[in-house]
Amino acid sequence: MKAFTVLDGIVAPMDRANVDTDMIIPKQFLKSIKRSGFGPNLFDELRYLDEGQPGKDCSKRPLNKDFPLNFPRYQGAEILLARENFGCGSSREHAPWALEDYGFSCVIAPSFADIFFNNCFKNGILPIILPAAKVAELFTAMYADEGYKLKIDLPAQTVITPAGESIPFEVDEFRKHCLVNGLDDIGLTLQDADDIRAYESKLMTKSPWLFREHIA
Amino acid sequence: MKNMNLCYLMWLRNIAALKITLLVRMAERDMAGQTLYDKLWAAHLVKERDDGTALLYIDRHLVHEVTSPQAFEGLRLAGRSPWRVTANLATPDHNVPTEAVERSGGVEAIADEVSRIQVRTLDENCNEFGITEFSINDVRQGIVHVVGPEQGATLPGMTVVCGDSHTATHGALGALAHGIGTSEVEHVLATQCLIQKKSKNMLVRVDGELGPGVTAKDVVLAIIGKIGTAGGTGYAIEFGGDVIRKLSMEGRMTICNMAIEGGARVGMVAVDDITLDYVNGRPFAPSAAEWDEAVKYWRTLHSDSDAVFDATVVLNGADILPQVTWGTSPEMVLPINGIVPSPTDYTDPAKRSGCERALEYMGLSAGQAITDIKLDRVFIGSCTNSRIEDLREAAAVVRGKKVAANVKEALVVPGSGLVKKQAEAEGLDKIFIEAGLLWREPGCSMCLAMNADKLGAGEHCASTSNRNFEGRQGFGGRTHLVSPAMAAAAAIAGHFVDVRDWI
Repeated sequence: MKAFTVLDGIVAPMDRANVDTDMIIPKQFLKSIKRSGFGPNLFDELRYLDEGQPGKDCSKRPLNKDFPLNFPRYQGAEILLARENFGCGSSREHAPWALEDYGFSCVIAPSFADIFFNNCFKNGILPIILPAAKVAELFTAMYADEGYKLKIDLPAQTVITPAGESIPFEVDEFRKHCLVNGLDDIGLTLQDADDIRAYESKLMTKSPWLFREHIA
Repeated sequence: MKNMNLCYLMWLRNIAALKITLLVRMAERDMAGQTLYDKLWAAHLVKERDDGTALLYIDRHLVHEVTSPQAFEGLRLAGRSPWRVTANLATPDHNVPTEAVERSGGVEAIADEVSRIQVRTLDENCNEFGITEFSINDVRQGIVHVVGPEQGATLPGMTVVCGDSHTATHGALGALAHGIGTSEVEHVLATQCLIQKKSKNMLVRVDGELGPGVTAKDVVLAIIGKIGTAGGTGYAIEFGGDVIRKLSMEGRMTICNMAIEGGARVGMVAVDDITLDYVNGRPFAPSAAEWDEAVKYWRTLHSDSDAVFDATVVLNGADILPQVTWGTSPEMVLPINGIVPSPTDYTDPAKRSGCERALEYMGLSAGQAITDIKLDRVFIGSCTNSRIEDLREAAAVVRGKKVAANVKEALVVPGSGLVKKQAEAEGLDKIFIEAGLLWREPGCSMCLAMNADKLGAGEHCASTSNRNFEGRQGFGGRTHLVSPAMAAAAAIAGHFVDVRDWI
C-alpha cells in the first residue's frame, strides 16, 4: 500500500448526501477478476449518459457534461469533498478500489458509512471527518476558486486551506501509523519478516522435506 | 546422635525425592495433555502478538482460479512477489468444462467467457509468478482438494490453506488445514503467514463399527445432523474413535471435507499407519532418509491420551444408517428410513419457519417417506466424493444395471485426471457407461454449477457433493446429499432406496 503523508491536491465536489457504494461503482463491474481498473467506471451512472458494461470502452461513451468530474477544472483531482454519510450501502471493497484507481487519495465529508470508512484505510485512502459547517465553507471556497487545492498533512493532522487556515482533524493512532508508513495487513506482517525468516530457518532444519522443489 | 542425623538426612532425601517426583509430574502435566490441534498450532507459531492474535506459518498454499485473481493483482500493484514460491501449487477446477469435446480444446475452447477468462488468468498469474500449476489438460489437474493429497503436496504436520472453504479436507492427513478469503490469499502469497486466533478443541468420536453399506459420507452427514451447521463454530474438530481409525484415507477426507458444513473451519484425523501408507511414494512426499525422519515426527501427530477437549461429541457407528438430506441445509438430514418432518415438529419458531421454507423450496410434503423422493438427476463427484474409492463404491452398485427412465442425466465426474486414469484402468468407466451414466472430465462440476453442469428449476438431484443450499446446483435446483453408493442406487431405482438392501 502506498504511504500517505502530505498531499497537496486539487479538490473536486460530490455535492450530495448519502452517496452509496452502488453509485460509487455499480454492481455490473464486480464480475471483474481484477482489483484495479475500476477508475473509468467510478460514479459510472452519473458520469456517462449511456449504461456502462464491463469491457465497454469508456473513452467512446457520451459524457454527462453536467457532472463535475467531467469539468476541465477538476481534472487531476486527488481530494473529494463530499456530504453526509458518504459510502453507505454494501461492503464492496470495489468502492475504495474505484476511488483509488481514479486518483483520489482523500475524501473529506461530515460523516462516512462504517464499512466504507474502514475499507478506505485498507486501500491507502484517507477519509477525513470535518464538522458540517466547515465542509460547507470548503464547498463555497472551492466553487469560488478554479484550481482550488487543499494541503492535507496527515502527520500533523491538519487540512490547510489556500488562505492559510489550518483545520485540525481526528484520526485513529494505529490507522494513522499504517497510512503514514504505507502498511496494510501484509505490510504489518512484513515488519515481522525477520521473525518469519528465523522460523523458516528452524523449520528447514527440523522438516527439510517441506522445502524440496518439485518440478512440474 | 549418628542415627538421628542419618534419619534426618534420610528424611531430607525423601522430601527432596518427593519434591522431584511432584515437579516431574507437574512438568509431565504441562507437557502432556496436548491435542493434535494444539501440537500443529504450536509447531507453526511464528510469534504471538499483544492483541491476542498470532502469526502462523503456512507450509502449503493451494490456488485455484476463482479466489486468486485479485490476490495476484494485489501483489502486482504493491510490487510484491511470493514469499516462498515453491510453497504454492495451483490447478483450475471450479470453472473447467467436464464434457470431453469442449475440454479437449483447452482453455481457449471454454465456451463461457467469464469462466474462460478466470482459467486463463490463473495460467497467466502462475506463469508470471513462477508458481507450479497443473493446467486444464494436465493429467494431474483436478479438484484442488483431490490433487493436494494425491500428489503428496499436502502432508501430515503441514499447515495447508486455500481460498476455498473445503480445505479442511487435508486435515485427514493430520495437517492443520482451512479455507481463507481473497485478501488472506494475498497475505499468504506475500508473507507465507496468516494472522490467526486459536480455535477451541472439539473431539467428535465415532465408536464401534459401521454396518455394511454405511460409508464415511453417512458418518459425516450424521455428525452434522447431530451437532447442526453451527455446532462446530469456533472449534477445530478432531475426528476420532474406532470407526474413523478403520476408515481409508479417502473416507477420512470425505469426513474432514465437511467439517465446514458443521461450522468448523478445521477438521482433522490423527496420523497412523493408514496415513503413512497413503503418503508413501507420492510425487511430492519425502523419500529415503528424509522419509524416515518425517515419519518419526509424524508419529507424534495425535492427541495425547490425557489431552483436554473443550467439547466432545460421541456417536455410535452401529446406529448410523445411510443418510439423505431432505432440506436446504446439510443439517436437514435423515436416515434412509426417515419421514420428511413437519414444521409443527419444531417448537423453535426459527426452525419451524426454516422447515416450512425448505419444504416449499424442495417441493416436499411433511410425512413423505425419503424413499418416495423421485430423482431427475444424479451427480457423483466433488471434493467430498470423487476419489477412486468413491467411484469403486458407486460402480459396484450400478454394475450390470440401467439408470431409471425418469433420471434425465447421471453424471460421474472424477476428482482428478489421475483418478480418471485409474478408474479407466479398472474398467469403472465402462461399468458406468453401460449402466447409462455419463463419464466426464475432472473438475468441481455440478457441485456448485459454475460451469455448464447444472440442475434445472425444480429438479431433484441425488448428489455426492457437500451443500444443498437453495440454487447451489442451479437456479431452483433441489439437492439431496448422499453417499456415492446411495447416489448410484438412486440412479438405478429412480428414487431413493436403502443401498443396504442391494449388497
